[in-house]
Amino acid sequence: MNKKAILLVSLLTLCGLLLLAACNKKENTEQSANTPQPAAAPAATPIDPATVATINGTVKFDGAAPKPAKIDMSQDPACKGANESENIVVDNGDLANVFVYVKDGLGNRTFDVPSAAVTLDQQGCKYHPHVLGVMAGQNIEIKNDDQTTHNIHPTPKDNREWNESQPPSTPAIEKSFAREEIMLPVKCNQHPWMKMYINVVKSPFYAVTDKSGKYEIKGLPPGDYTIAFVQEKLGEQDQKVTVGPKETKTVDQSFKPVAE
Amino acid sequence: MKAIRAKYNPAHHAFAVFTALATLVVITAGALVTSNDAGLSVPDWPTSFGYLVKIPHFVGGVRYEWSHRMVAGTLLTLTLAIACWTLLVESRKWLRWLAIAAFCTVILQAILGGLTVLLLQPPWVSTAHATVAQTFFCLAVCIALFTGQKWIEEPPRVEFDTRRPSLLMLTLLSIFVLYVQLILGGMFRHHGMSWWPHVLNAVIVSFVLAWTAIRAISVYSNIEAVRRTAILLISLLIVQLCLGFTAFFTRVAWGQGAVQPELPMVASTVAHVAVGALLLATTVVLSIQVWRHVPVAFEERVSEAQQHNASVA
Repeated sequence: MNKKAILLVSLLTLCGLLLLAACNKKENTEQSANTPQPAAAPAATPIDPATVATINGTVKFDGAAPKPAKIDMSQDPACKGANESENIVVDNGDLANVFVYVKDGLGNRTFDVPSAAVTLDQQGCKYHPHVLGVMAGQNIEIKNDDQTTHNIHPTPKDNREWNESQPPSTPAIEKSFAREEIMLPVKCNQHPWMKMYINVVKSPFYAVTDKSGKYEIKGLPPGDYTIAFVQEKLGEQDQKVTVGPKETKTVDQSFKPVAE
Repeated sequence: MKAIRAKYNPAHHAFAVFTALATLVVITAGALVTSNDAGLSVPDWPTSFGYLVKIPHFVGGVRYEWSHRMVAGTLLTLTLAIACWTLLVESRKWLRWLAIAAFCTVILQAILGGLTVLLLQPPWVSTAHATVAQTFFCLAVCIALFTGQKWIEEPPRVEFDTRRPSLLMLTLLSIFVLYVQLILGGMFRHHGMSWWPHVLNAVIVSFVLAWTAIRAISVYSNIEAVRRTAILLISLLIVQLCLGFTAFFTRVAWGQGAVQPELPMVASTVAHVAVGALLLATTVVLSIQVWRHVPVAFEERVSEAQQHNASVA
Protein backbone atom coordinates (compact mmCIF):
# COMPACT_ATOMS: atom_id res chain seq x y z
CA MET A 1 0.00 0.00 0.00
CA ASN A 2 1.55 3.31 -0.98
CA LYS A 3 1.58 6.48 1.13
CA LYS A 4 -1.32 8.06 -0.77
CA ALA A 5 -3.58 5.11 -0.09
CA ILE A 6 -2.62 5.02 3.61
CA LEU A 7 -3.40 8.72 3.99
CA LEU A 8 -6.69 8.32 2.16
CA VAL A 9 -7.78 5.36 4.29
CA SER A 10 -6.77 7.23 7.49
CA LEU A 11 -8.77 10.27 6.44
CA LEU A 12 -11.87 8.24 5.63
CA THR A 13 -11.58 6.29 8.91
CA LEU A 14 -11.39 9.54 10.87
CA CYS A 15 -14.51 10.78 9.08
CA GLY A 16 -16.32 7.55 9.79
CA LEU A 17 -15.52 7.80 13.48
CA LEU A 18 -16.68 11.41 13.63
CA LEU A 19 -19.91 10.53 11.84
CA LEU A 20 -20.47 7.66 14.24
CA ALA A 21 -19.99 9.99 17.20
CA ALA A 22 -22.34 12.54 15.72
CA CYS A 23 -25.02 9.95 15.00
CA ASN A 24 -25.16 8.99 18.65
CA LYS A 25 -28.54 10.60 19.25
CA LYS A 26 -28.66 12.63 22.39
CA GLU A 27 -31.95 11.75 23.97
CA ASN A 28 -31.24 12.65 27.54
CA THR A 29 -32.20 16.24 28.11
CA GLU A 30 -33.08 15.83 31.76
CA GLN A 31 -32.43 18.94 33.71
CA SER A 32 -31.53 17.19 36.90
CA ALA A 33 -27.82 17.42 36.17
CA ASN A 34 -28.08 21.17 35.97
CA THR A 35 -30.18 21.62 39.04
CA PRO A 36 -28.00 22.66 41.94
CA GLN A 37 -28.93 20.81 45.08
CA PRO A 38 -29.25 23.21 47.99
CA ALA A 39 -26.96 22.39 50.84
CA ALA A 40 -28.54 21.43 54.17
CA ALA A 41 -29.48 24.80 55.64
CA PRO A 42 -28.94 25.64 59.30
CA ALA A 43 -32.07 26.06 61.42
CA ALA A 44 -33.78 29.41 60.94
CA THR A 45 -33.22 32.12 63.55
CA PRO A 46 -36.53 32.60 65.39
CA ILE A 47 -38.37 35.91 64.94
CA ASP A 48 -40.96 37.09 67.45
CA PRO A 49 -44.11 37.59 65.35
CA ALA A 50 -45.51 40.01 67.93
CA THR A 51 -42.78 42.59 67.23
CA VAL A 52 -42.33 42.40 63.49
CA ALA A 53 -42.34 45.58 61.47
CA THR A 54 -43.30 46.51 57.92
CA ILE A 55 -41.55 48.70 55.38
CA ASN A 56 -43.50 49.95 52.40
CA GLY A 57 -43.31 52.78 49.94
CA THR A 58 -43.41 53.96 46.38
CA VAL A 59 -40.60 54.17 43.86
CA LYS A 60 -40.78 57.11 41.48
CA PHE A 61 -39.04 58.01 38.24
CA ASP A 62 -37.90 61.61 38.47
CA GLY A 63 -37.90 62.83 34.88
CA ALA A 64 -39.52 62.36 31.52
CA ALA A 65 -40.38 58.71 31.09
CA PRO A 66 -38.60 57.12 28.14
CA LYS A 67 -40.87 55.83 25.40
CA PRO A 68 -40.75 52.02 25.44
CA ALA A 69 -39.24 50.56 22.28
CA LYS A 70 -41.54 48.46 20.11
CA ILE A 71 -40.42 44.87 19.71
CA ASP A 72 -40.60 43.19 16.32
CA MET A 73 -41.72 39.59 16.91
CA SER A 74 -42.33 38.77 13.23
CA GLN A 75 -39.56 36.18 13.17
CA ASP A 76 -41.84 33.75 15.01
CA PRO A 77 -45.54 33.58 14.02
CA ALA A 78 -46.33 31.95 17.36
CA CYS A 79 -45.32 35.16 19.14
CA LYS A 80 -48.56 37.10 18.94
CA GLY A 81 -49.69 40.40 20.35
CA ALA A 82 -48.01 43.70 21.04
CA ASN A 83 -44.72 43.72 22.80
CA GLU A 84 -42.71 46.59 24.18
CA SER A 85 -39.42 46.76 25.97
CA GLU A 86 -39.65 46.59 29.75
CA ASN A 87 -36.30 48.20 30.50
CA ILE A 88 -37.91 51.13 32.28
CA VAL A 89 -41.64 50.84 32.96
CA VAL A 90 -43.09 54.13 34.18
CA ASP A 91 -46.75 55.00 34.70
CA ASN A 92 -47.52 58.55 35.90
CA GLY A 93 -44.06 58.76 37.41
CA ASP A 94 -44.37 55.42 39.24
CA LEU A 95 -41.55 53.02 38.48
CA ALA A 96 -42.34 49.31 38.19
CA ASN A 97 -39.98 46.31 38.29
CA VAL A 98 -37.65 47.71 40.93
CA PHE A 99 -36.26 45.02 43.19
CA VAL A 100 -36.29 46.16 46.82
CA TYR A 101 -34.52 44.10 49.47
CA VAL A 102 -32.85 44.28 52.86
CA LYS A 103 -29.23 44.50 51.87
CA ASP A 104 -27.72 44.86 55.30
CA GLY A 105 -28.74 44.71 58.97
CA LEU A 106 -29.92 41.12 59.35
CA GLY A 107 -26.59 40.01 60.80
CA ASN A 108 -26.07 36.26 60.98
CA ARG A 109 -29.76 35.44 60.95
CA THR A 110 -30.77 32.47 58.86
CA PHE A 111 -34.15 31.88 57.27
CA ASP A 112 -36.14 28.89 56.12
CA VAL A 113 -36.23 28.47 52.37
CA PRO A 114 -39.90 28.33 51.27
CA SER A 115 -40.91 24.91 50.00
CA ALA A 116 -43.28 26.48 47.47
CA ALA A 117 -41.74 27.30 44.12
CA VAL A 118 -42.08 30.70 42.48
CA THR A 119 -43.38 30.69 38.93
CA LEU A 120 -41.73 32.14 35.88
CA ASP A 121 -44.02 31.98 32.88
CA GLN A 122 -43.26 32.44 29.18
CA GLN A 123 -46.37 33.78 27.53
CA GLY A 124 -46.72 35.89 24.39
CA CYS A 125 -42.95 35.50 23.99
CA LYS A 126 -42.45 37.56 27.15
CA TYR A 127 -41.37 36.60 30.60
CA HIS A 128 -43.90 36.99 33.39
CA PRO A 129 -42.78 38.53 35.66
CA HIS A 130 -40.01 40.65 34.18
CA VAL A 131 -38.26 40.90 37.56
CA LEU A 132 -38.43 38.03 40.00
CA GLY A 133 -37.26 37.64 43.59
CA VAL A 134 -36.40 34.28 45.08
CA MET A 135 -34.48 32.94 48.03
CA ALA A 136 -31.24 31.03 47.48
CA GLY A 137 -32.14 27.37 47.11
CA GLN A 138 -35.83 28.04 46.50
CA ASN A 139 -37.27 26.37 43.44
CA ILE A 140 -38.35 28.32 40.38
CA GLU A 141 -40.99 26.65 38.25
CA ILE A 142 -40.45 27.70 34.63
CA LYS A 143 -43.49 27.25 32.38
CA ASN A 144 -43.95 27.66 28.66
CA ASP A 145 -47.48 28.72 27.72
CA ASP A 146 -46.51 29.62 24.14
CA GLN A 147 -46.96 27.43 21.09
CA THR A 148 -43.29 27.75 20.28
CA THR A 149 -40.03 26.48 21.72
CA HIS A 150 -38.14 28.75 24.09
CA ASN A 151 -34.74 28.30 25.57
CA ILE A 152 -34.08 29.50 29.06
CA HIS A 153 -30.56 30.76 29.48
CA PRO A 154 -29.54 32.50 32.71
CA THR A 155 -26.15 34.21 32.52
CA PRO A 156 -25.15 34.57 36.19
CA LYS A 157 -21.90 35.88 37.63
CA ASP A 158 -21.91 33.93 40.90
CA ASN A 159 -24.15 30.95 40.12
CA ARG A 160 -23.88 28.15 37.59
CA GLU A 161 -24.86 29.07 34.04
CA TRP A 162 -27.18 26.72 32.16
CA ASN A 163 -29.17 26.68 28.94
CA GLU A 164 -32.21 24.50 28.30
CA SER A 165 -34.75 24.29 25.58
CA GLN A 166 -38.46 24.07 26.45
CA PRO A 167 -40.85 23.02 23.66
CA PRO A 168 -44.56 23.89 23.90
CA SER A 169 -46.84 21.71 26.04
CA THR A 170 -43.98 20.20 27.98
CA PRO A 171 -43.80 19.96 31.78
CA ALA A 172 -42.44 22.91 33.72
CA ILE A 173 -38.72 23.01 34.42
CA GLU A 174 -37.72 23.39 38.07
CA LYS A 175 -34.48 25.16 38.87
CA SER A 176 -32.86 26.93 41.79
CA PHE A 177 -29.83 29.13 42.36
CA ALA A 178 -27.50 28.37 45.23
CA ARG A 179 -25.87 31.75 45.80
CA GLU A 180 -27.09 35.28 46.37
CA GLU A 181 -27.06 37.33 43.17
CA ILE A 182 -28.90 40.53 42.29
CA MET A 183 -30.23 41.18 38.77
CA LEU A 184 -29.18 37.84 37.35
CA PRO A 185 -30.03 38.13 33.63
CA VAL A 186 -32.10 35.45 31.92
CA LYS A 187 -32.54 35.41 28.16
CA CYS A 188 -33.97 33.32 25.34
CA ASN A 189 -31.61 32.85 22.41
CA GLN A 190 -34.50 31.89 20.15
CA HIS A 191 -36.27 35.20 20.72
CA PRO A 192 -33.54 37.75 21.37
CA TRP A 193 -35.89 40.38 22.84
CA MET A 194 -36.88 38.05 25.70
CA LYS A 195 -35.00 39.15 28.80
CA MET A 196 -35.80 39.12 32.49
CA TYR A 197 -33.96 39.28 35.81
CA ILE A 198 -33.94 36.94 38.77
CA ASN A 199 -32.83 38.26 42.16
CA VAL A 200 -31.52 35.61 44.51
CA VAL A 201 -31.33 36.66 48.15
CA LYS A 202 -30.67 34.99 51.48
CA SER A 203 -33.65 36.44 53.36
CA PRO A 204 -37.38 36.56 52.67
CA PHE A 205 -37.34 40.38 53.03
CA TYR A 206 -37.68 41.53 49.46
CA ALA A 207 -40.32 42.82 47.06
CA VAL A 208 -40.70 43.97 43.47
CA THR A 209 -42.52 47.24 42.75
CA ASP A 210 -45.81 46.84 40.94
CA LYS A 211 -47.19 49.03 38.12
CA SER A 212 -47.98 51.79 40.62
CA GLY A 213 -44.40 51.69 41.92
CA LYS A 214 -45.52 50.27 45.28
CA TYR A 215 -43.79 47.63 47.37
CA GLU A 216 -44.15 46.16 50.84
CA ILE A 217 -41.78 44.12 52.98
CA LYS A 218 -43.48 42.47 55.93
CA GLY A 219 -42.37 40.49 58.98
CA LEU A 220 -39.11 42.33 59.55
CA PRO A 221 -37.60 42.10 63.04
CA PRO A 222 -37.02 45.54 64.62
CA GLY A 223 -33.59 46.98 63.84
CA ASP A 224 -31.37 49.17 61.65
CA TYR A 225 -31.32 48.19 58.01
CA THR A 226 -29.98 49.19 54.63
CA ILE A 227 -32.71 48.91 52.04
CA ALA A 228 -31.50 48.58 48.45
CA PHE A 229 -33.58 49.59 45.42
CA VAL A 230 -32.24 48.00 42.24
CA GLN A 231 -33.40 48.75 38.72
CA GLU A 232 -31.95 46.92 35.71
CA LYS A 233 -30.98 50.09 33.81
CA LEU A 234 -30.93 52.77 36.48
CA GLY A 235 -28.73 50.92 38.94
CA GLU A 236 -28.90 50.69 42.72
CA GLN A 237 -29.81 53.21 45.42
CA ASP A 238 -29.62 52.49 49.13
CA GLN A 239 -31.40 53.97 52.15
CA LYS A 240 -30.71 53.49 55.84
CA VAL A 241 -33.81 52.87 57.90
CA THR A 242 -34.61 52.01 61.50
CA VAL A 243 -37.80 50.20 62.40
CA GLY A 244 -39.14 49.64 65.87
CA PRO A 245 -41.40 46.83 67.12
CA LYS A 246 -44.71 46.62 65.21
CA GLU A 247 -43.81 49.77 63.32
CA THR A 248 -44.86 50.40 59.74
CA LYS A 249 -42.46 52.73 58.04
CA THR A 250 -42.81 54.27 54.61
CA VAL A 251 -39.58 54.47 52.63
CA ASP A 252 -39.99 56.08 49.23
CA GLN A 253 -37.30 56.26 46.61
CA SER A 254 -36.84 57.98 43.29
CA PHE A 255 -34.58 57.31 40.33
CA LYS A 256 -33.28 59.88 37.91
CA PRO A 257 -32.77 59.14 34.21
CA VAL A 258 -29.31 57.84 33.39
CA ALA A 259 -27.42 59.70 30.67
CA GLU A 260 -26.94 57.35 27.68
CA MET B 1 7.44 24.56 -4.84
CA LYS B 2 8.07 22.98 -8.22
CA ALA B 3 5.04 24.48 -9.85
CA ILE B 4 5.91 23.72 -13.46
CA ARG B 5 6.04 19.94 -12.93
CA ALA B 6 2.41 19.75 -11.76
CA LYS B 7 -0.43 19.19 -14.18
CA TYR B 8 -3.41 21.52 -14.26
CA ASN B 9 -6.67 19.74 -13.47
CA PRO B 10 -9.60 22.12 -14.26
CA ALA B 11 -12.22 20.06 -12.40
CA HIS B 12 -10.04 19.76 -9.30
CA HIS B 13 -9.35 23.49 -9.35
CA ALA B 14 -13.03 24.36 -9.86
CA PHE B 15 -13.93 22.19 -6.88
CA ALA B 16 -11.25 23.89 -4.77
CA VAL B 17 -12.67 27.30 -5.73
CA PHE B 18 -16.17 26.08 -4.86
CA THR B 19 -14.95 24.86 -1.46
CA ALA B 20 -13.34 28.24 -0.77
CA LEU B 21 -16.59 30.04 -1.70
CA ALA B 22 -18.58 27.64 0.48
CA THR B 23 -16.25 28.53 3.36
CA LEU B 24 -17.14 32.20 2.96
CA VAL B 25 -20.83 31.23 3.09
CA VAL B 26 -20.25 29.32 6.34
CA ILE B 27 -18.33 32.28 7.85
CA THR B 28 -21.21 34.59 6.89
CA ALA B 29 -23.73 32.16 8.42
CA GLY B 30 -21.64 32.05 11.60
CA ALA B 31 -21.54 35.85 11.74
CA LEU B 32 -25.34 35.87 11.42
CA VAL B 33 -25.57 33.53 14.42
CA THR B 34 -23.43 35.79 16.62
CA SER B 35 -25.04 39.02 15.41
CA ASN B 36 -28.50 37.66 16.22
CA ASP B 37 -27.35 36.30 19.60
CA ALA B 38 -28.60 32.91 18.45
CA GLY B 39 -25.54 30.84 19.32
CA LEU B 40 -27.26 28.91 22.08
CA SER B 41 -30.73 28.68 20.57
CA VAL B 42 -29.97 25.01 19.90
CA PRO B 43 -28.67 23.82 23.27
CA ASP B 44 -27.22 20.44 22.28
CA TRP B 45 -24.33 19.37 20.00
CA PRO B 46 -23.49 17.53 17.72
CA THR B 47 -27.21 16.82 17.54
CA SER B 48 -29.79 19.58 17.17
CA PHE B 49 -32.72 19.07 19.56
CA GLY B 50 -31.71 15.42 19.72
CA TYR B 51 -31.43 14.79 15.98
CA LEU B 52 -28.58 14.98 13.50
CA VAL B 53 -30.41 16.35 10.47
CA LYS B 54 -34.12 16.58 11.33
CA ILE B 55 -35.34 20.10 10.52
CA PRO B 56 -36.52 21.78 13.73
CA HIS B 57 -39.28 24.39 14.06
CA PHE B 58 -37.59 26.96 11.84
CA VAL B 59 -38.20 30.19 13.75
CA GLY B 60 -36.26 32.76 15.75
CA GLY B 61 -32.62 32.11 16.53
CA VAL B 62 -32.94 28.45 15.50
CA ARG B 63 -33.03 29.55 11.83
CA TYR B 64 -29.52 30.98 12.11
CA GLU B 65 -27.93 28.38 14.35
CA TRP B 66 -29.36 25.32 12.62
CA SER B 67 -28.58 26.70 9.13
CA HIS B 68 -25.02 27.43 10.25
CA ARG B 69 -24.65 23.85 11.46
CA MET B 70 -25.99 22.44 8.21
CA VAL B 71 -23.79 24.54 5.90
CA ALA B 72 -20.82 23.81 8.17
CA GLY B 73 -21.57 20.08 7.88
CA THR B 74 -21.72 20.45 4.10
CA LEU B 75 -18.38 22.25 4.15
CA LEU B 76 -16.87 19.41 6.17
CA THR B 77 -17.99 17.01 3.45
CA LEU B 78 -16.62 19.29 0.73
CA THR B 79 -13.30 19.52 2.56
CA LEU B 80 -13.12 15.76 2.87
CA ALA B 81 -13.83 15.50 -0.85
CA ILE B 82 -11.17 18.05 -1.85
CA ALA B 83 -8.67 16.39 0.51
CA CYS B 84 -9.31 12.94 -0.99
CA TRP B 85 -9.28 14.30 -4.52
CA THR B 86 -6.00 16.13 -3.88
CA LEU B 87 -4.45 12.97 -2.45
CA LEU B 88 -5.49 11.04 -5.55
CA VAL B 89 -4.56 13.43 -8.34
CA GLU B 90 -1.97 15.81 -6.99
CA SER B 91 1.70 15.18 -7.67
CA ARG B 92 2.97 17.96 -5.37
CA LYS B 93 3.58 16.37 -1.98
CA TRP B 94 3.34 19.66 -0.05
CA LEU B 95 -0.07 20.34 -1.57
CA ARG B 96 -1.29 16.93 -0.47
CA TRP B 97 -0.20 17.78 3.05
CA LEU B 98 -1.91 21.15 2.75
CA ALA B 99 -5.17 19.41 1.84
CA ILE B 100 -4.81 17.13 4.87
CA ALA B 101 -4.07 20.20 7.03
CA ALA B 102 -7.25 21.82 5.70
CA PHE B 103 -9.28 18.75 6.66
CA CYS B 104 -7.74 18.64 10.15
CA THR B 105 -8.50 22.37 10.53
CA VAL B 106 -12.14 21.91 9.61
CA ILE B 107 -12.40 19.09 12.17
CA LEU B 108 -10.80 21.33 14.80
CA GLN B 109 -13.25 24.03 13.81
CA ALA B 110 -16.22 21.69 14.24
CA ILE B 111 -14.96 20.68 17.69
CA LEU B 112 -14.56 24.34 18.68
CA GLY B 113 -18.10 25.00 17.43
CA GLY B 114 -19.34 22.17 19.63
CA LEU B 115 -17.39 23.43 22.63
CA THR B 116 -18.87 26.88 22.11
CA VAL B 117 -22.33 25.39 22.51
CA LEU B 118 -21.56 22.89 25.28
CA LEU B 119 -19.50 25.33 27.38
CA LEU B 120 -22.08 28.13 26.87
CA GLN B 121 -19.94 30.42 24.72
CA PRO B 122 -16.85 31.21 26.76
CA PRO B 123 -15.30 34.23 24.96
CA TRP B 124 -11.97 32.49 24.31
CA VAL B 125 -13.57 29.40 22.80
CA SER B 126 -15.92 31.44 20.63
CA THR B 127 -13.02 33.66 19.54
CA ALA B 128 -10.92 30.60 18.73
CA HIS B 129 -13.87 29.30 16.68
CA ALA B 130 -13.96 32.59 14.75
CA THR B 131 -10.17 32.64 14.25
CA VAL B 132 -9.87 29.04 13.08
CA ALA B 133 -12.75 29.68 10.66
CA GLN B 134 -10.77 32.37 8.90
CA THR B 135 -7.60 30.26 9.03
CA PHE B 136 -9.49 27.49 7.28
CA PHE B 137 -10.75 29.99 4.72
CA CYS B 138 -7.14 31.01 4.01
CA LEU B 139 -6.19 27.33 3.55
CA ALA B 140 -9.11 26.78 1.18
CA VAL B 141 -8.13 29.87 -0.83
CA CYS B 142 -4.51 28.66 -0.95
CA ILE B 143 -5.57 25.26 -2.29
CA ALA B 144 -7.63 27.04 -4.93
CA LEU B 145 -4.63 29.25 -5.78
CA PHE B 146 -2.14 26.39 -6.00
CA THR B 147 -4.41 24.26 -8.18
CA GLY B 148 -5.04 27.18 -10.56
CA GLN B 149 -3.79 27.27 -14.13
CA LYS B 150 -1.73 30.43 -13.66
CA TRP B 151 0.11 29.04 -10.70
CA ILE B 152 0.87 25.75 -12.41
CA GLU B 153 1.58 26.80 -15.96
CA GLU B 154 2.96 30.34 -15.80
CA PRO B 155 6.58 30.59 -14.70
CA PRO B 156 7.19 33.16 -11.95
CA ARG B 157 8.56 36.51 -13.01
CA VAL B 158 11.26 36.99 -10.44
CA GLU B 159 12.46 40.38 -9.26
CA PHE B 160 14.73 40.54 -6.24
CA ASP B 161 13.61 42.81 -3.44
CA THR B 162 16.47 44.85 -2.01
CA ARG B 163 14.39 47.26 0.09
CA ARG B 164 14.14 46.99 3.84
CA PRO B 165 11.76 46.02 5.27
CA SER B 166 11.20 43.67 2.38
CA LEU B 167 7.77 43.38 0.80
CA LEU B 168 7.59 39.79 2.02
CA MET B 169 8.23 40.98 5.56
CA LEU B 170 5.49 43.60 5.18
CA THR B 171 2.98 40.99 3.99
CA LEU B 172 3.86 38.74 6.94
CA LEU B 173 3.49 41.70 9.29
CA SER B 174 0.11 42.41 7.68
CA ILE B 175 -1.02 38.84 8.36
CA PHE B 176 0.13 39.15 11.97
CA VAL B 177 -1.71 42.41 12.67
CA LEU B 178 -4.82 41.04 10.95
CA TYR B 179 -4.76 37.99 13.22
CA VAL B 180 -4.42 40.24 16.26
CA GLN B 181 -7.34 42.27 14.94
CA LEU B 182 -9.37 39.11 14.37
CA ILE B 183 -8.79 37.98 17.97
CA LEU B 184 -9.60 41.42 19.41
CA GLY B 185 -12.75 41.65 17.28
CA GLY B 186 -13.80 38.15 18.30
CA MET B 187 -13.27 38.90 21.98
CA PHE B 188 -15.33 42.06 21.69
CA ARG B 189 -18.13 40.31 19.83
CA HIS B 190 -18.24 37.53 22.37
CA HIS B 191 -18.27 39.91 25.34
CA GLY B 192 -14.78 39.03 26.54
CA MET B 193 -13.27 42.47 26.00
CA SER B 194 -14.17 46.10 25.41
CA TRP B 195 -14.41 47.55 21.91
CA TRP B 196 -11.50 49.96 22.14
CA PRO B 197 -8.55 47.51 21.64
CA HIS B 198 -10.17 46.40 18.36
CA VAL B 199 -10.69 50.01 17.24
CA LEU B 200 -7.17 51.02 18.31
CA ASN B 201 -5.61 48.10 16.46
CA ALA B 202 -7.66 49.04 13.38
CA VAL B 203 -5.40 52.10 13.06
CA ILE B 204 -2.30 49.88 13.11
CA VAL B 205 -3.87 47.42 10.66
CA SER B 206 -4.78 50.24 8.28
CA PHE B 207 -1.25 51.65 8.39
CA VAL B 208 0.52 48.31 7.86
CA LEU B 209 -1.82 47.11 5.13
CA ALA B 210 -1.75 50.42 3.29
CA TRP B 211 2.05 50.46 3.48
CA THR B 212 2.19 46.89 2.13
CA ALA B 213 -0.29 47.50 -0.69
CA ILE B 214 1.24 50.82 -1.75
CA ARG B 215 4.74 49.32 -1.79
CA ALA B 216 3.51 46.38 -3.90
CA ILE B 217 1.61 48.59 -6.33
CA SER B 218 4.26 51.27 -6.68
CA VAL B 219 7.33 49.06 -6.99
CA TYR B 220 6.05 45.83 -8.52
CA SER B 221 3.22 47.00 -10.76
CA ASN B 222 4.80 45.08 -13.64
CA ILE B 223 4.11 41.77 -11.87
CA GLU B 224 0.44 41.16 -12.50
CA ALA B 225 -0.10 38.62 -9.73
CA VAL B 226 1.31 41.04 -7.14
CA ARG B 227 -0.31 44.20 -8.55
CA ARG B 228 -3.81 42.73 -8.82
CA THR B 229 -3.73 41.22 -5.35
CA ALA B 230 -2.40 44.45 -3.85
CA ILE B 231 -5.15 46.49 -5.54
CA LEU B 232 -7.73 44.05 -4.20
CA LEU B 233 -6.12 44.33 -0.76
CA ILE B 234 -6.30 48.13 -0.61
CA SER B 235 -9.88 48.11 -1.97
CA LEU B 236 -10.99 45.59 0.65
CA LEU B 237 -9.24 47.61 3.34
CA ILE B 238 -11.24 50.72 2.40
CA VAL B 239 -14.51 48.75 2.34
CA GLN B 240 -13.63 47.11 5.64
CA LEU B 241 -12.91 50.43 7.32
CA CYS B 242 -16.27 51.80 6.13
CA LEU B 243 -18.04 48.68 7.42
CA GLY B 244 -16.13 48.91 10.69
CA PHE B 245 -17.30 52.50 11.20
CA THR B 246 -20.88 51.53 10.36
CA ALA B 247 -20.78 48.51 12.67
CA PHE B 248 -19.34 50.65 15.46
CA PHE B 249 -22.02 53.30 15.17
CA THR B 250 -24.95 50.92 14.74
CA ARG B 251 -23.87 48.52 17.48
CA VAL B 252 -21.77 50.44 20.00
CA ALA B 253 -22.66 54.12 19.68
CA TRP B 254 -26.36 53.96 18.83
CA GLY B 255 -27.43 50.38 19.44
CA GLN B 256 -26.20 49.76 22.96
CA GLY B 257 -29.66 49.97 24.50
CA ALA B 258 -31.40 48.11 21.67
CA VAL B 259 -33.90 45.56 22.91
CA GLN B 260 -33.16 43.18 20.05
CA PRO B 261 -30.64 42.91 17.19
CA GLU B 262 -31.68 45.38 14.51
CA LEU B 263 -31.13 45.04 10.78
CA PRO B 264 -28.51 47.82 10.38
CA MET B 265 -26.34 46.42 13.17
CA VAL B 266 -26.70 42.83 11.97
CA ALA B 267 -26.05 43.69 8.30
CA SER B 268 -23.02 45.88 8.98
CA THR B 269 -21.44 43.44 11.44
CA VAL B 270 -21.97 40.40 9.23
CA ALA B 271 -20.51 42.25 6.24
CA HIS B 272 -17.59 43.39 8.43
CA VAL B 273 -16.84 39.76 9.34
CA ALA B 274 -17.15 38.51 5.74
CA VAL B 275 -14.97 41.28 4.29
CA GLY B 276 -12.51 40.74 7.15
CA ALA B 277 -12.17 37.11 6.06
CA LEU B 278 -11.63 38.20 2.46
CA LEU B 279 -9.04 40.73 3.60
CA LEU B 280 -7.06 38.13 5.54
CA ALA B 281 -7.19 35.64 2.66
CA THR B 282 -6.12 38.33 0.17
CA THR B 283 -3.17 39.24 2.40
CA VAL B 284 -2.14 35.60 2.60
CA VAL B 285 -2.38 35.31 -1.21
CA LEU B 286 -0.32 38.50 -1.62
CA SER B 287 2.28 37.09 0.73
CA ILE B 288 2.48 33.90 -1.35
CA GLN B 289 2.68 35.82 -4.61
CA VAL B 290 5.40 38.06 -3.21
CA TRP B 291 7.31 35.01 -1.97
CA ARG B 292 7.04 33.56 -5.46
CA HIS B 293 7.74 36.61 -7.59
CA VAL B 294 9.66 39.01 -5.37
CA PRO B 295 12.13 37.00 -3.31
CA VAL B 296 14.22 38.84 -0.80
CA ALA B 297 17.71 39.67 -2.06
CA PHE B 298 20.11 38.87 0.72
CA GLU B 299 23.53 40.47 0.41
CA GLU B 300 25.27 37.11 -0.09
CA ARG B 301 22.79 36.15 -2.78
CA VAL B 302 23.28 39.47 -4.63
CA SER B 303 27.02 39.24 -4.45
CA GLU B 304 26.91 35.63 -5.67
CA ALA B 305 24.71 36.68 -8.56
CA GLN B 306 27.01 39.57 -9.34
CA GLN B 307 30.01 37.29 -9.21
CA HIS B 308 28.27 34.86 -11.52
CA ASN B 309 27.42 37.68 -13.96
CA ALA B 310 30.97 38.94 -13.77
CA SER B 311 32.40 35.51 -14.52
CA VAL B 312 30.01 35.06 -17.46
CA ALA B 313 31.02 38.46 -18.81
